[in-house]
Amino acid sequence: MDNHDRILEVESLKKYFPIKKGFLKRIVGYVKAVDDVSLSIREGETLGLVGESGCGKTTLGRCILRAIEPSEGTVRFKTRVGETVDVTELENKELRKIRRDMQLIFQDPYSSLNPRMTVLNIVGEPLICNGIASGSELRERVKELMELVGLDKRHLERYPHAFSGGQRQRIGIARAIATNPKFIVCDEAVSALDVSIQAQILNLLQDLQKRLNLSYLFISHDLGVIQHISNRVGVMYVGKMVEMAATEELFNNPKHPYTEALLSAKPMPDPRMKTKRIILQGEVANPAKPPSGCYFHPRCKYATELCKREMPVWSEVGAGHYVACHYANQLDLQGAVVQ
Amino acid sequence: MKENDNVLLEVKGLKTHFHIKDGTLKAVDGVDLVIKERKTLGIVGESGSGKSVTSQSILRIVPPPGKVEGEILLRRRKTGKNEELVDLGKLESQGKEMRDIRGGEIAMIFQEPMKAFSPIHTIGNQIMEAILLHNTRDVKEAKEIALDTLRKVGMSNPEQRLNEYPHQLSGGMRQRAMIAMALSSNPSILIADEPTTALDVTVQAQVLQLINDLKEKIGMSVIFITHDLGVIAEMSDEVAVMYLGKVVEYTDVDTLFHGALHPYTIALLQSIPSVGKRNERLESVEGTVPTPINLPKGCGFYSRCKRAKDGVCNVYDVPLVEIGENHYVRCLLVGN
Repeated sequence: MDNHDRILEVESLKKYFPIKKGFLKRIVGYVKAVDDVSLSIREGETLGLVGESGCGKTTLGRCILRAIEPSEGTVRFKTRVGETVDVTELENKELRKIRRDMQLIFQDPYSSLNPRMTVLNIVGEPLICNGIASGSELRERVKELMELVGLDKRHLERYPHAFSGGQRQRIGIARAIATNPKFIVCDEAVSALDVSIQAQILNLLQDLQKRLNLSYLFISHDLGVIQHISNRVGVMYVGKMVEMAATEELFNNPKHPYTEALLSAKPMPDPRMKTKRIILQGEVANPAKPPSGCYFHPRCKYATELCKREMPVWSEVGAGHYVACHYANQLDLQGAVVQ
Repeated sequence: MKENDNVLLEVKGLKTHFHIKDGTLKAVDGVDLVIKERKTLGIVGESGSGKSVTSQSILRIVPPPGKVEGEILLRRRKTGKNEELVDLGKLESQGKEMRDIRGGEIAMIFQEPMKAFSPIHTIGNQIMEAILLHNTRDVKEAKEIALDTLRKVGMSNPEQRLNEYPHQLSGGMRQRAMIAMALSSNPSILIADEPTTALDVTVQAQVLQLINDLKEKIGMSVIFITHDLGVIAEMSDEVAVMYLGKVVEYTDVDTLFHGALHPYTIALLQSIPSVGKRNERLESVEGTVPTPINLPKGCGFYSRCKRAKDGVCNVYDVPLVEIGENHYVRCLLVGN
């Protein structure tokens, strides 16, 4: 991949939460929420990040923005002036400056908006904090943003409770693009919405991406949504990245057994396509006490003794296709059914 | 009721209205459903469609000020005498007969198992409570049945689980425990209200398979309520699509996905992101679902329908019409 058009490069990122027990709060272990993850995103691209509960995708998104402090690793980001900085090393003042370039859209349209602030206040806040606009200029800018996201600008002075879930999500999006960012982390941005509203918001995000040349890290547990909006997809399991490839390649030609199981688990909206399901046994592993060797081995139908002993290495198995599995190229895995 | 051996439950003209100070909230406004033996009826709809209130109405657990009207005809199990036809709509919601049926012949599982279970009682305690109410008075026997049902739902270490509290189980296990509780009385009908929405997709696959297996083994009927069209395709034999308190389309699952006629159903199917549709714009339904209070005349979908005809769709009441064999549609623009 051409280095020149990379906007984000994450290397060996770790976030370990200490587990403290007892009166003296001794550290007895760690929840390895993000465990040595690397990825990169090009300008104008959408990297989808998929995985189930506890896989670390939300924590990874927050670490990249430094909303949570990473334990280890680097996050190199190309700012709007073309400078590349390591987000993890920045002092507060510089961090505040680049925060204009990296934003976040949250999942829950109900808890992510302050119920006591009007739309003007909510969407205007980043403009005020960053010294970008004030007074009548602020009003005009907020109205512009509202129109961009499909909201009626006459509703400027309304409070969140007056809007539906989909509309609130639009407010959240307007807030995120207010400072003209280059990169947005969409953390389950459509998961709480009804299907028909979800489609509206996905269309909006794609339109904005084209108009404003945005790059997205799109986090979701929904494979259909990920497939629709992403150029490339990363699959996470218990804090680790287990596979990454271009979207079509990942869906048609998965190389990791967990990806295969995820693809097969999703029910297809067509009764004529009841695929032969791979039903995984057991539950998702506990990130505070992960299994030995490959974290996925207890649930993997292809697992061997090697898998129990040794952690597989992240390696490139095809053009731009990366996997962490001892048997990556030896397994004949089932891809998603293509309509 | 048709003279049809197959039909176990028939809902006719169900209306559940809430009289509140702003007006009458018509959560369910004239719904007809048929549940057949050993078949799954999928009810699909988005927020505000009335699908959950429909299932609550069947079991008469609608919270006040909701009032249920209409017929809910259940063919009760043979109890030695002739089969009875009972109208659940006419029973006292807290009366003996309804309490017998609720959790007995008709059982229900919910979306959030954590909310459905009491956090201060063990799983064993709660499952046995259901058994002691419906099956037997003997505590030892109840425990055996509880263990057996936990095994049936594929719960690991059932003896240990009996003594655990809901918070000690994962989401998938809690859902299994809830299914065990529902099954312990050998219900003829299982109502599943969004049981897998809060679960991870791999755990969802396990639970869906479990419900299908049990449906075969026990020979029960299922009413599966969800907004997820993939799950509907997977689980249903027949499907009812609900919008604003009414059934707008009703047919077998294959026809629904390959021959849908109602504009709302078609729009819903087109708005699902899936394989093969990458990066094209999704067909989305503009606008939002109105609140079902003081609705204007005519079709409930008028304000969002691309095909709506002014002067027709916003004036006349729209009946549910049989368009094809076992295919019912509520739209004035479909058919003749």
